[in-house]
Amino acid sequence: MSVIISAEQINKHFDDLHVLKDVSLDVHEGEVICIIGPSGSGKSTFLRCINQLEVTTDGIIRVMGEIVGYREDGDKLHRLSDRKIAAQRSRVGMVFQRFNLFPHKTVLENILEGPVFVQKRNKEQVKKEALEILKKVGLSNKANSYPNSLSGGQQQRVAIARTLAMKPDAILFDEPTSALDPELVGEVLAVMKELANSGMTMIVVTHEIGFCREVADKVVFMESGEIVAVESPENMLTNPTHARLKEFVSAVL
Amino acid sequence: MIKPKIQYTRVEPSNYGQKITAVLLIMVLIYICMSFWKGQIEWQYVSENLFTPTVLSGVWSMIIMTFLAMALGIILGVMAAVARMSDNRVLQSVSIFYVWLFRGTPALLQLLLWFNLALIFPHLSLFGLVEVRTVDVMTPFVAALLGLGVQQGAYTSEVVRAGILSIDKGQLEAAQSIGMTKFEAMVRIILPQAMRVIIPPIGNETIGMVKLTSLASVIQYSELLRSVEDVYYVNSRVIELLLVAAAWYMVVVTILSIGQYYVEKYFSRGWGADTAPQKQSKLTNAVAEGE
Ligand SMILES: Nc1ncnc2c1ncn2[C@@H]1O[C@H](COP(=O)(O)OP(=O)(O)OP(=O)(O)O)[C@@H](O)[C@H]1O
Ligand SMILES: [Mg+2]
Repeated sequence: MSVIISAEQINKHFDDLHVLKDVSLDVHEGEVICIIGPSGSGKSTFLRCINQLEVTTDGIIRVMGEIVGYREDGDKLHRLSDRKIAAQRSRVGMVFQRFNLFPHKTVLENILEGPVFVQKRNKEQVKKEALEILKKVGLSNKANSYPNSLSGGQQQRVAIARTLAMKPDAILFDEPTSALDPELVGEVLAVMKELANSGMTMIVVTHEIGFCREVADKVVFMESGEIVAVESPENMLTNPTHARLKEFVSAVL
Repeated sequence: MIKPKIQYTRVEPSNYGQKITAVLLIMVLIYICMSFWKGQIEWQYVSENLFTPTVLSGVWSMIIMTFLAMALGIILGVMAAVARMSDNRVLQSVSIFYVWLFRGTPALLQLLLWFNLALIFPHLSLFGLVEVRTVDVMTPFVAALLGLGVQQGAYTSEVVRAGILSIDKGQLEAAQSIGMTKFEAMVRIILPQAMRVIIPPIGNETIGMVKLTSLASVIQYSELLRSVEDVYYVNSRVIELLLVAAAWYMVVVTILSIGQYYVEKYFSRGWGADTAPQKQSKLTNAVAEGE
C-alpha cells in the first residue's frame, strides 16, 4: 500500500515554545490513524502543519510523495508560491472542531465553492455529486438551508460533505465532535465510520476512545510534542506498552 | 379537585411622565412652526424655486458627486484595507501612509489643494507620452471628485478593516483548506461576510457625503448649495433659497436611509431565518421530491 502522508522528523516552534519534537509518522492509503493525548500536546499543530496552516520549523512533510510548501532542488528547499501551496492544500481535506462553514452561503453553495471555484469543475456535474454526498451524510433536505439554521451535528456533517466534494487524497479531523452536544456526537461519528469503511485515508484527533477502538488501524499517543506510542487499538485498551498511555486511556474512559 | 380559575385584570403603570413630556414637546414644535410661518419668510419663493432648472441641476450634481465620490472612496478603502491586512510589508506601509496623509487634513483644504494643483504642477504627463495642461484636467468636477473621494477612502479603509477583523479566523482557514489563496478567500469569503458589519457605517458616511459635497461649492462645482446661492445673489431671497436647499438635502438623505435598510437586509442573509432569501433550484426540488 502506498504512503499518502509522511512526516519526517518535523519540529515546530512558536517563538521559544517547542511544540512538535522530531515527529515522524507514515499514513498509508486507506488507513485510519487516531491521535490521542492530553491538551496542549501538539495534536492540532501537527494536523495544521500537514495542511500548511502552520509552517514547520524543521523536517519535511510529504503528501503523495511531494514535499509540501517547498520545491526540492538538490540540497535546497525553495518556498512555493501562495497559489501552489493552495493547490497542495486542496488535496488534503480538513474538518475543524468549530465546523467553519461559510455562513453567507447555503449548504449547497458551501459544498460547491471548492470544486466549482477552486477546481474549476463543471457546475452541473458537481451539483449532482454534491447532492449525492448530502444524501450520504443524511442531509438531502437541507441543501438550501443556511448553516446557522442547522444543529451542530448537521453543520459538522455539512463540513464533512464540503471536504468530500473536493475528492481529497486524505482527510484530517481535528476533534470533530468536541464542540457538539453529547446527543449529536453519534450522528457525526456514524458518518465518519462510514467514510473509514469506504476506504478513505483519515487522521483523526479525538477524545472518543470508543471510536478509536472501533475504526482506527493505529492509535498514536502524543504527549508534550512527541509521539510517545503507536499502538493497535486492541493493545491500547488491553495491554498498552506505555505506562502514560494506560493512565491516559483509563482517565478518559 | 380543580381550583376555579380566577380572572385577573392586568393593570399597566400609567406613565404620566411620558405623556406630559410628549404634550410639552408637541407644544414646543407647534410654537417653532408658527414662528417660522409668521417670520420674515416669503413661502411662495420657496415653493416657486423648488423645481426650477437651476435648483434641479444642483440636486443632480449633488447626487452624482455623492455617488461617484463614495464609489471612489469605497474602492480605495477596500484596496487600502486589504493591503493593510496582507502579508506584504510594502503594501502595508503604503496603506498606513495613505490613511495617515488623507485623514490628517480637513476636506475643505484638500479640495482647494486638488483644485489648485496647477500651481504646483503646471503640466501633467503620462510617462512622457501625452502632456496636458493641469488647469484643463483639474476641472471643478474632477477636483471635487478627487478631493472628496480620496479622503473618503482613508476613512472607509478603517471601516472595512474593522469589518474584516470581525470575521472569525476559522473562515480564512476553512477557505484555505479547500484550496483558496489568501486573496481569493478575502474576496469570496471574508469580505462578503464583513459587509454585514461594514454597511451600516458606510451608509452613515454616504449620508455624510451628501452634505460634504456642499464644500465643493468653494471650488466652483455647481452642486445644490452653489445653485441656490446663484439664485439668491440675483433675487436676494437668501433664507427662502437656503430652505429650498435644506428641503432637497432632507429628501435625498431620507431616500438613502430607506435604501440602506434594504442593502443591510441583503448582506445579512444567512443570519436569522426570516431574512434568508428563498432560493430553490429545480435540481434540488427534484431530489427532494424523489425521496
Ligand atoms: N499560534 C500559536 N502561537 C503560540 N503558541 C501556540 C499557537 N498555537 C498553539 N500554540 C501552543 O502550542 C501547544 C500545542 O497546541 P495544540 O493546539 O497543538 O495542542 P492540542 O494537543 O491540539 O491541544 P487540545 O487538545 O487542547 O486541542 C500549546 O502549548 C499551545 O499553547
Ligand atoms: Mg487541538
